[in-house]
Amino acid sequence: MSRLLRPASRIVSAASVRPVARSAVQSFPRVPAIVQSRGYAKESGNKEYTVRDALNEALAEELELNPKVFVLGEEVAQYNGAYKVTKGLLDRFGEKRVIDSPITESGFCGLTVGAALAGLHPVCEFMTFNFAMQAIDQIINSAAKTHYMSGGIQPCNITFRGPNGFAAGVAAQHSQDYSAWYGSIPGLKVVSPWSAEDAKGLLKAAIRDPNPVCVLENELLYGQSFPMSEAAQKDDFVIPFGKAKIERQGKDLTIVTQSRCVGQSLIAAEALKKKYGVEVEVINLRSIKPLDVESIVKSVKKTHRLMAVESGFPAFGVGAEILALTMEYAFDYLDAPAARVTGAEVPTPYAAKLEDMAFPNESVIENYAKKLLRL
Amino acid sequence: MLSRALRTSRPAGLRSNAFSRVALSKRTVTTDAASAHADKDAVPQEDDKPFQVQLSDESFETYELDPPAYTLDTTKKELKQMYRDMVSTRRMEMAADRLYKEKKIRGFCHLSTGQEAVATGIEHALTKEDDIITAYRCHGFAYMRGASVKSIIGELLGRRHGIAYGKGGSMHMFAKGFYGGNGIVGAQVPVGAGLAFAHQYNGNKNTTVALYGDGASNQGQVFEAFNMAKLWKLPILFGCENNKYGMGTAANRSSASTEYYKRGQYIPGLKVNGMDVLAVKAAVAFGKAYTAAGHGPMVIEYVTYRYGGHSMSDPGTTYRTREEIQRMRSTQDPIAGLKQKLIEWNVTTEDELKTIDKESRAAVDAEVKEAEEMLPPDATPQILFEDIYVRGSEPQFMRGRVPEENYYY
Repeated sequence: MSRLLRPASRIVSAASVRPVARSAVQSFPRVPAIVQSRGYAKESGNKEYTVRDALNEALAEELELNPKVFVLGEEVAQYNGAYKVTKGLLDRFGEKRVIDSPITESGFCGLTVGAALAGLHPVCEFMTFNFAMQAIDQIINSAAKTHYMSGGIQPCNITFRGPNGFAAGVAAQHSQDYSAWYGSIPGLKVVSPWSAEDAKGLLKAAIRDPNPVCVLENELLYGQSFPMSEAAQKDDFVIPFGKAKIERQGKDLTIVTQSRCVGQSLIAAEALKKKYGVEVEVINLRSIKPLDVESIVKSVKKTHRLMAVESGFPAFGVGAEILALTMEYAFDYLDAPAARVTGAEVPTPYAAKLEDMAFPNESVIENYAKKLLRL
Repeated sequence: MLSRALRTSRPAGLRSNAFSRVALSKRTVTTDAASAHADKDAVPQEDDKPFQVQLSDESFETYELDPPAYTLDTTKKELKQMYRDMVSTRRMEMAADRLYKEKKIRGFCHLSTGQEAVATGIEHALTKEDDIITAYRCHGFAYMRGASVKSIIGELLGRRHGIAYGKGGSMHMFAKGFYGGNGIVGAQVPVGAGLAFAHQYNGNKNTTVALYGDGASNQGQVFEAFNMAKLWKLPILFGCENNKYGMGTAANRSSASTEYYKRGQYIPGLKVNGMDVLAVKAAVAFGKAYTAAGHGPMVIEYVTYRYGGHSMSDPGTTYRTREEIQRMRSTQDPIAGLKQKLIEWNVTTEDELKTIDKESRAAVDAEVKEAEEMLPPDATPQILFEDIYVRGSEPQFMRGRVPEENYYY
């Protein structure tokens, strides 16, 4: 039932102000001015886009450009998308290109993989990546490994997308971050957008990439607005995989982070500057696989300190990987042991105050950075 | 007729498995490989002049479906080619058996000896624009789709010029219109539905044959694929190769219903004698026309039998009797069955068949020898890391066991 009810509640919340009680949302209702002002040229052509609109535009443009592209998933067509990401696409492109699937992840994921093997370019939407666990065999064994197993004769151009990571108040089964899971698989590419530009550029790149790509979106970001540059508004805008983006320049500490934690880290960085005058460099990974080790090492050479911030489970996670890579490639440049802030090792609890304790927030990031910097 | 006598006298000597249960019902599909009939006088002199073969009335059982015609239009040329195909497939599988026992083939190796009529009959009903996807017992299908014996055996031996360049092995082979060779039981079925989806999307009139075993038939995703295929009228022939044992578990010990052709529920089903290559071809041709007419999917159950174990590591005798295997081999063999018919109908002579035997064995043996002489892939990082991603779209590098082994594209 939660499947049916939750999206419905989303329409309400998307259309109006988010409920006050949802702490995760409440603490971060819009991108603060400090974030918006950074990293983007103040061109007159900038426009405000929500992440949702950016994803929608990316899908529409790619559907328009390539007849081989189609979107298939639960509630993507008539319902306009459980989270409205596919809103209007059915009306514009018809039921051949925008297809409601039954609630059978393993089956429809396998079907889209087959269509990709046959030369089409499917966009397989999971209502959330939590449900994709039912289909993870198809993603990994049927999609990611086939090109290699076939000796390079059978490509699989497919995009798996949907919200990933924790949302607000949806408890353990709907709150997991799969970055580390998919990020560990050779043959897959995995991206994790934060801003509207990230979302559009990375999704378009994913659809065009001839390999299977997982686009791990974040439900809590869908409604957030970001400026979108004039270049990014065009239909040829793509963001290359494997390139991180320095969202904030700094010299005292490198924070490597992804998805929603990018915004939180930027706020923490601003607070650290205000209170202690330190400059924290914030790297938005954008791409989980391939991972931009070079940018991380370059930054560490400059700041001599590294902190990874992510909201997944700590064990064997993205943070763990970044720390290991830093050990391997940048140990000599570190002035302090690299550190990580992650989700807590606990199935996500429902009650708001417990949920707060399970995921990184601005103050946890700020305080741990402060400790690392011995401030 | 000898074949009829054999069939009617078939003892219910099997263990209480699906097969004997089916035998209780009134009119069941036979596994007699030599049950078809043709009028000797109607068989033309010319090799490529069509004539009609009468299939046994025990070739099919249907579910929610008007049965296909119990006739098959064919030519002498085609019949001889079918024979040659089955003989070659068996010879190839026997070569694999030997190479495995010589420890030249690694890992898993699943042979289709006994099941040759299924791959051969299906291929003879399709064009190269149609698609086939199957599970791991795939050598025969890869061969019938056009892969050379050399490339298949080369792959089993892990050679650089194997069909998958030594990267796939026994279970993963791909060719035009052939999508593997898939190792996860049942997972190929929704993927097959996707192949059919692509044909529909592109407006092709082609069909997709998606095969799975009696063991896989209980996988949830098979039913998920059934649902979508029927819902969207996908041009697909789901094919349950019922060789009566999913690994070592008899069909009736794994399946609440062993009437696999009925398990599409809302999808019409056709059960066919999978030991008779003619019946198989007729069934698939019928199915292909059915899907091309826009009627959507069909479930075809090919009743067949594997002579060997599930894989090379299975002697295949703990869960079935030696007598059962022996009886199937000696009385229901697809190659012997077709041979008997071809001689009976004056399609060919015993001598000509012997020549075909010799020729195809020699051809297979020569290719096997060539495969053995192929070199394995060089153990270089370049070859290890190639083709993880489509060329030109690789990440900057992939990690080796230690950072020093990282491979930069």
